[in-house]
Amino acid sequence: MLLGPSLLISAILFSIGVVGVVIRRNAIVVFMCIELMLNAVNLTFVSLSRYHGLSGQVMVFFVMTVAAAEAAVGLAIILAVFRHRQSVDLKHMNILRG
Amino acid sequence: MQASQIAFYILGVFAVLCGIGCISQRNPIAAAMWLVGTMLSLAAMYVILNAQFIGVIQVLVYAGAIMVLFLFVIMLLNLSQGQDDLRKWPLWVIGAALVAGVAGPLLALRGYTGGRLASEVTGAAVYTDPAAALVAGPAALRATVERGVVGAIAEPLFRTYLVPFEITSILLLAAAVGAVVLAKRKL
Repeated sequence: MLLGPSLLISAILFSIGVVGVVIRRNAIVVFMCIELMLNAVNLTFVSLSRYHGLSGQVMVFFVMTVAAAEAAVGLAIILAVFRHRQSVDLKHMNILRG
Repeated sequence: MQASQIAFYILGVFAVLCGIGCISQRNPIAAAMWLVGTMLSLAAMYVILNAQFIGVIQVLVYAGAIMVLFLFVIMLLNLSQGQDDLRKWPLWVIGAALVAGVAGPLLALRGYTGGRLASEVTGAAVYTDPAAALVAGPAALRATVERGVVGAIAEPLFRTYLVPFEITSILLLAAAVGAVVLAKRKL
């Protein structure tokens, strides 16, 4: 009975994440917006798992694991970039070799 | 309307408001705290949707571990003093166009029900009873009642999804090694 509302909330959260990725320049905030999008997709998985069995919840488990790995590697990259440029502004991240 | 439904709507509005706070705050620490609010309300929504284990994991892993990692990096880099953080207006137009193009059609999903899902899956024109057409959902509920919340998830995780589960452990190892290598000053 809550399938429609949860799909709607998930779509709204995902679009908030997309807007954040596009309009923000701070690399860490962009990363947080990506986490927001992953959370929105997780909500879709959980709400559909009430009709399609527990596979959806297992998928959420995998998404969380991949998100944790992505956050660890991404923040390490941001640290390395910050050491070179003293900034996490995406405007300054325009060359591959520091 | 049941109390759990009302709580679900309130939590949904709260999650969306916290998400808007996350992308509109200049201070990265404030943005991270708003994102924690979104994640906690999503955890409560998971509990209402009968996914108690996922709700607990959401609080522990997302709101706990991942957001602490974010806050740690923000405070380590000392980024909280304000800078001009927003992009110029052409990207705002691109963002609005993306939302209108991608999320606009998704808004039609607000009236989606289990009965419509069942009729789309089975191909029947009439809206059937979702419990009769989609047997996996009631079976999952029964498994949760019989084996407990954790046991019901463990069964597909370690049977059907055993190979992805093992690959995930390799991914985590690679990510840990990669994070250490990237963050080290000198190899």
